[in-house]
Amino acid sequence: MTASDAKKNFYIKVKRQDGPGKNPYYQTFELPYKPNLNIISCLQAIASNPVTIDGKQVAPVVWDCSCLEEVCGACTMVMGGKVGQSCSTLVDELMERDGTGSKANPITLEPMSKFPVVRDLFVDRASMFNNLKDIKGWVPIDGTHHLGGGPRESQEEQDLRYALSRCMTCGCCLEACPQFSLEGNFVGAQVFGQTLYFNMHETGATLKDDRLNVMQQAGGISDCGNAQNCVEVCPKELPLVEAIAKIGRQTTVHSVKQFFTGKK
Amino acid sequence: MSQQQPRVIVVGGGLAGLAATIKVAEAGVPVDLFSMVPVKRSHSVCAQGGINACNEVARQQGYSEWIHMDETLYGGDFLQHQPPVYEMTHWAPKIIDLLDRMGVPFNRTAEGQRDLRLFGGSLFKRTHFTGASTGQQLLYGLDEQVRRHEADGKVTKYEFWEFLWPIIDDNGECKGIIAQDMRTMEIKPFLADAVVMCTGGNGMVFGKSTMSVICTGGAAARCYQAGAWFGNPEFIQVHPTAIPGEDKCRLMSESARGEGGRVWVPRKKGDTRPPLEIPEAERMYFLEEKYPAYGNLVPRDIATREIFFICEEGYGIGGGRMVYLDVSHLPQGTKDKLKAILEIYEKFTGDDPTEVPMKIFPAVHYSMGGLYTVFTEQEKQPVPGDGDVVIGMKDGAPNNMMTNIPGLFAFGEVNYQYHGGTRLGANALLNCIFDGLFCGPSLVNYAKEARKTPASEVPQSVIDKYVAQEKAKCDALINSKGKANPYDIWRRLGDEMTAAATVVRTEERMVQALETVKKLREEYKDVCLSDTGMWTNQNLSFTRALNDMLIYAEAILVPAIARKESRGSHYRPDFPERVDDPFQKTSIVKFVDGQPELSYEDVATPMVPPRARTYGKTS
Repeated sequence: MTASDAKKNFYIKVKRQDGPGKNPYYQTFELPYKPNLNIISCLQAIASNPVTIDGKQVAPVVWDCSCLEEVCGACTMVMGGKVGQSCSTLVDELMERDGTGSKANPITLEPMSKFPVVRDLFVDRASMFNNLKDIKGWVPIDGTHHLGGGPRESQEEQDLRYALSRCMTCGCCLEACPQFSLEGNFVGAQVFGQTLYFNMHETGATLKDDRLNVMQQAGGISDCGNAQNCVEVCPKELPLVEAIAKIGRQTTVHSVKQFFTGKK
Repeated sequence: MSQQQPRVIVVGGGLAGLAATIKVAEAGVPVDLFSMVPVKRSHSVCAQGGINACNEVARQQGYSEWIHMDETLYGGDFLQHQPPVYEMTHWAPKIIDLLDRMGVPFNRTAEGQRDLRLFGGSLFKRTHFTGASTGQQLLYGLDEQVRRHEADGKVTKYEFWEFLWPIIDDNGECKGIIAQDMRTMEIKPFLADAVVMCTGGNGMVFGKSTMSVICTGGAAARCYQAGAWFGNPEFIQVHPTAIPGEDKCRLMSESARGEGGRVWVPRKKGDTRPPLEIPEAERMYFLEEKYPAYGNLVPRDIATREIFFICEEGYGIGGGRMVYLDVSHLPQGTKDKLKAILEIYEKFTGDDPTEVPMKIFPAVHYSMGGLYTVFTEQEKQPVPGDGDVVIGMKDGAPNNMMTNIPGLFAFGEVNYQYHGGTRLGANALLNCIFDGLFCGPSLVNYAKEARKTPASEVPQSVIDKYVAQEKAKCDALINSKGKANPYDIWRRLGDEMTAAATVVRTEERMVQALETVKKLREEYKDVCLSDTGMWTNQNLSFTRALNDMLIYAEAILVPAIARKESRGSHYRPDFPERVDDPFQKTSIVKFVDGQPELSYEDVATPMVPPRARTYGKTS
């Protein structure tokens, strides 16, 4: 099935799960085709009329979303086997890429597999925000009183920091990573990107040692297998390979320094 | 639920909520921060263009904080109280410095200084930016500082919790909130000595807008039903440049024009040639032709109306309702600064805007009106550039940006102050952060001293009453055996509000819309949920908010019908002129017996007398 055929209807198969620990199951829905339709529009259509192809009235599909313009990071899910944002993934793209959309071969929507399911396509990504606490993901300013501006910065540095600052904690990099798992302690590319982001800032760097201590631990940078799947799937094209390499080097230097100075 | 030391509740974790949280936590008062989404996903991330502030380069070219204030008042068609605008614009440079210290990656000049861009309603470069995703970087900067306070135990986050109702004690003071866990569906009371609503705009009332799906206006409308007043709710900004879509209209930032993007249509009506085949001489750059001084950077309401009318006249692309926004001629370095928005355009339309002009149309974008608030005036020491009479806000006054309900405050977009009839581009991020930083201490002072009784003395019976009210509301929806589909009612509400109360507003059409909304409110009584479970029930949350949206819609229409003049975004072809007597007044809307009740209040204009708002239009 291709998008160029002006199709009247197409089919979406959704992995459902009523709550944590409940057994997952699939349901298929039939929707009217329109060009340029994104996956969110499909889920909205299902929400307003949650009837499966078997004519069964079911509970509407639950999913996480907010901005619908690929900047909040909420609506990440696995579509046709690939992770991405459901706002910026178009039905036409999936039909062309995977040849799906027919009744026999519907487009599949599944929750990310590396996070606990709350319900249906809605997963719990609290661990990603907690990791930012562990690495002290902030610039330790003295307070909010007026003390003049921040340090000057070259365009080159700002370029890299801006690229890293666009991480929207969406989870794509972790879903695609062969090292990252629901049970394991590997922190993954999101944290490496953010660690570099804060270590690069003149004031942020005052906490560099604390961050690198975290990077040294089990689940830190040395557990990265360099599969580089993260950079392939990052919707904001973050320079994650560069971040992994730089954090790797910073951690090595940090370890050597610790060895010679005896400081932890 | 006894508590000794004062606590503050912040509802909403966008820029205003996070800035307030930082200030209150820094003062040593514990904060409970509630948000329907993880705060890092708040709608502030959608802001693109930048944040305005007087800066040294502009200052040496003749700009000043005073001119920033004047531009804001002129842009807002003189409907604002002036002291808060004075205070905000004079604080702006300090806010940029602070964000800079927090590590926000502002774009840089070759020398490493903060770069600036031109923005609507100004002839000076006074907009600071990070690429074309400034809201995202500013929000993250504040989010990081809040995380630091959270790690120190000063802030407790309640993410995926929905605000349901304010707790108001027998003295009429707000003493906390009722909230619901959106996953477990548990409904709980939370007490505080001051509560601040930082819950943003109401775009969902209009169906498709540039706003996030969480921007229902539901939280504000709940406060309104609980007795808080609305100020100027009829003022809704329609942004000139958005990408129309099936699920929403995606914003295409004003920065595209600030960096040199041009709006045009073919000179020949119904021209079907691809844009690149239309030679320069056959393109009509209608904004540049009509407004030689400001060109494509006239304020948003003006650009929106011009785009709307040129399409009505049949000049839209292929005779339809779209015009070109063209950045294809800009140098590569400039396109790089706009990367974040240009890649979004390409992802959603398949066209590369660096090669082909974008197709855009206006969409609902911002709520100038919102919860009515007060402040304490104070005469200030003039700084260079200021006028003779200088009146700002008193630092730390315990009522700054407090609603008519003592103890209930409103910061950010949900606060009706600062923007009057229209908001200038890049003043929203400023307003949100300013409210949090400047008025955060007011929360502290109110919570510590100004309140009549501490929250710990609220009788249990009062708390129980509100919990029961909200549980009953849930039960009624869950058990409803009606037939009306909430999504269908919402779609019809949005279509009606967009048709009647956006770019062009006539009495006849708005009266008709008011009738429609009344009918929809009747239909709503027969609403039926498709999910009746009590685990992560989004259907329930949406349907409950739909009732609030319907109530908000009436509060928008009633003052819009009564305002028989044209001012800023409120354009009435039946009354095309601004009429200062009697309409240079705040519309106050109160919820009385289930209906909006309208009254007016004078605005404080001690510094800048109103003048005609023409932006040098030539014809």
